[in-house]
Amino acid sequence: MELFKNTNYDFLGKKWPFIIASVVLSVAGLTSIIAKGGLKYGIDFKEGTLIQVKFANPPQDNKIRAAMLQKVKGEVSVQDLSGNGVVNTVEIQTEAKGQGEREMNANQAVMRSVLTDTFGQPNSGKMDLNNTSAEELANRLRDPLARAGVAMSEQQLQTLVNNILGEINDHHSGLITNFDELRSVPGMNSGIMNTLQQECYLAPFHVNTAQMVGPKVGAKLRQKALFATLYALAGMLVYIAFRFEWIYGLGAVIACFHDTLITIGLFSLFNKEISMTVIAALLTLVGYSMNDTIVIFDRIRENLKFSRKESLEAVMNRAVNQTLSRTIMTSGLTFLTVIALFIWGGPVLNGFSFALVCGIIVGTYSSVFVASPIVLFWHNYADARRKPAPGGPAGPKAPAGGPSAPRVETVRKNSTKAVR
Amino acid sequence: MQKNLTTRAVIIVVTILVCVIGIIGLPTSKADLINNLKTHIRLGLDLKGGSRLVMEVQVEDAVKMDGQQTIERLQQAASKQGIVWNSAEVTGLSDPATVEDADHVAVVIKGVNPAKASDFRNLVATEAPTYILTTLNSTDYSLKLTPSDLSELKKQAVQGAIDTISNRINDLGVAETSVQQYGQSGADYQILIELPGIDDAAHAKEVIGTTAVLSITGVDKTHDTPFTSREDAMAKLGGVLPLNEKLVKAKPRVGGQVDEWYLVGSIPVITGRDMRSARAGQGDTPRTWQTSFTLSQEGGRKFARFTGDHVGDKLAVILDNDIVNVATINERIEDSGRIMGLSSQEEATDLARYLRSGSLPARVTTVFENSVGPSLGADSIHQGIVSGVVGTLAVVVVMLLYYKRSGVNAVLALFLNTVVLLAAISYFHAALTLPGIAGVILTIGMAVDSNVLIFERIREELRTGKGTFAAVDTGFNKAFLTIVDTHVTTVVSCAFLFLFGEGPVRGFAVTLTIGLIANVFTAVFVSRTIFNWELSGRRGTEPLSI
Repeated sequence: MELFKNTNYDFLGKKWPFIIASVVLSVAGLTSIIAKGGLKYGIDFKEGTLIQVKFANPPQDNKIRAAMLQKVKGEVSVQDLSGNGVVNTVEIQTEAKGQGEREMNANQAVMRSVLTDTFGQPNSGKMDLNNTSAEELANRLRDPLARAGVAMSEQQLQTLVNNILGEINDHHSGLITNFDELRSVPGMNSGIMNTLQQECYLAPFHVNTAQMVGPKVGAKLRQKALFATLYALAGMLVYIAFRFEWIYGLGAVIACFHDTLITIGLFSLFNKEISMTVIAALLTLVGYSMNDTIVIFDRIRENLKFSRKESLEAVMNRAVNQTLSRTIMTSGLTFLTVIALFIWGGPVLNGFSFALVCGIIVGTYSSVFVASPIVLFWHNYADARRKPAPGGPAGPKAPAGGPSAPRVETVRKNSTKAVR
Repeated sequence: MQKNLTTRAVIIVVTILVCVIGIIGLPTSKADLINNLKTHIRLGLDLKGGSRLVMEVQVEDAVKMDGQQTIERLQQAASKQGIVWNSAEVTGLSDPATVEDADHVAVVIKGVNPAKASDFRNLVATEAPTYILTTLNSTDYSLKLTPSDLSELKKQAVQGAIDTISNRINDLGVAETSVQQYGQSGADYQILIELPGIDDAAHAKEVIGTTAVLSITGVDKTHDTPFTSREDAMAKLGGVLPLNEKLVKAKPRVGGQVDEWYLVGSIPVITGRDMRSARAGQGDTPRTWQTSFTLSQEGGRKFARFTGDHVGDKLAVILDNDIVNVATINERIEDSGRIMGLSSQEEATDLARYLRSGSLPARVTTVFENSVGPSLGADSIHQGIVSGVVGTLAVVVVMLLYYKRSGVNAVLALFLNTVVLLAAISYFHAALTLPGIAGVILTIGMAVDSNVLIFERIREELRTGKGTFAAVDTGFNKAFLTIVDTHVTTVVSCAFLFLFGEGPVRGFAVTLTIGLIANVFTAVFVSRTIFNWELSGRRGTEPLSI
């Protein structure tokens, strides 16, 4: 099966609609970012405190918010995450406006205790089995079990505790509503069950994730991620400049920058958060886009060696056509994996796969319609400048056909040197 | 050609074997296999669940403490020489204090008799050589640490905190924890702590941050000889634990075979907060060792009251739920005492370290926390696997449909690439995190691309009318150059990401680099070998299934 055999589309001739589309998308994204007062950072980069809580029943956002507002300092936002495979889960977040680390640490403890006060049994003197650690549970059960006459070595106790918590975490998503759900735990007997019920209760919620980012770390993380990416782009520019010609490096880097900008813009338009995983996705899309661009540039370089009479635009068009089949195959296949991730990957991978879905589409066309035209524009410009004033002697081999035709000797010279 | 092919085949088979052993070891049963897989392919905190904490050591505490100790030292020496002053205090701390304040801390001494000025200067020079003396006016002086001593003190405070926290975390009994300097040593005062499997960071923070994990408490008078086990103790106690008492296990001694359990009071007499210092030394009689310690004023008062009432009884030194030493009270002890009759220098030094580690050199504040519950991690892994399998299957089907027999070749190369990548992760003891999976996805994408590049090139060559051998040969050679360019560019960017990024970004860079190297091997070397092997038995005119 072959889909694109010997195609001959005039890609570079149709560049304008795509360039305009790119500009529109970039401007729309930038406008959205500015209008919304900056990007929506995930908690990794934003200072504040966050807990993600899974409830046994559909959560009452308003009740949670009201309870939090009474005790927690600063603004509190409660966001329902349900949908896309997630059930009864909310994210409670406070922003750290002018707060120090100590207040934020205190806030987190307060958030947990508010949950217990509102939904749990704070005065029963029992331990909440849905929100405990293995160590705490072992400490809690050790003496009561001994008093109840259940003979158990320390080793057996640890195994039991791990089995109980393992059952809750692995088979009930961290939250059980009835002690009977623990009947199947290995080593469970009625003596243990009685002690467990005497010492513990089951709150109708489970804290899944807790995060706190102090002002010092948030800024540092943002800065480091940004600089690492910029240095990586600079490194690629230098390598491509060395292998091809500097304008090729610049074209490729601008194309990558363009892809990142549009993707970030889409994040802002769709109100999605930029988290650390999204940064990893952005780095991945830079990799894809760069890969795509280099494949086309490589073909241009190869074609330039053999076809000295064609215009640069024609050479580029031929290179894009020759690699078209490969471009469609590779992008299509990677797109398949990413779309699977987007559909079935769950909430943690959602931002990540969204970035890649956008990035693969944008990255594929930017190689053809952004990176290549930049190289072409520059060569046309350089050629036009080298040409003397009208009426004077014509430049070397400059065809009279206008700006789309000229070629530049240095490309050929550099490329042959590099290929040899 | 045939010999060449054999060499290539041997290299490939050996590589596959090494990789497979790296991933699953040499299992003897199914349970063994799953177990090996779990230990070899470690999952990061974001997938497995666990806590990542960044804590800041409040180094200003240590600097302030040094200032106060200096004042005490100067006062003691001054009283012997008849030098007096009106007031001495540590200044320069804002409220609440920050780490930046550490640079402004000074000891200000006011009201020194001008006649004794030169005596005072000599006193400072001998008793506080790490301080620089500045004259404020004829009677007042200010002392500040020299810049090098200040920076050394701050570094020591951070290192001390790292040691103490490591000790405490080791005692939590969690595997694969790590405690390390975060940022640049000497410029940043932060510590990165990773606790896999602990999602309740509130408790972890408590354990790490409290200064009261060390405690000294009385041993039950009627049961002051050790029990051999918890069960033994319960049997001897008639199955009932006395009120306000608990059973604590002693840390196993070197060479000690039997477990020792003691019945001790559940309310400590003194805690790590009361401990000032402790050091090991030679005992009064030859070949014995001792550990002497000093307590704070308040701690001394409490300890004196208790030891006065319990002469002849035993007391236990407990660190993080383990008894590290049991000693008999010989006399009433106030603010300084010693634990005598230790059998080796090692035992004495260890005990001193335990006593000291009860007190962090400075407070620590959490500045970053990320705790993922194991239930969320389990869901993520499950969804990640499902989507990964669906995506991979789709790629395999399309490859086979589009490139027919040669598609098999590509799928094999792809599979091998993943195996090499996983093996490398296992051999390097790296952990697979979400950003790492991003790296794996990009690797697979580029592996697909390498194969597509090669196949498309071979097709092009076939279209120009070349024979099968020549087309395969030219196709590989021409595509190779492109593959090198794309891969080197990406590796260059990874190098920068690794150098300047951190944490997740670094994980991404490492996985990707390994994957790319594996890819050059599988897409170019292995795929080429399979083609050669397929072609070795036929003539150049037979068509290739591509």
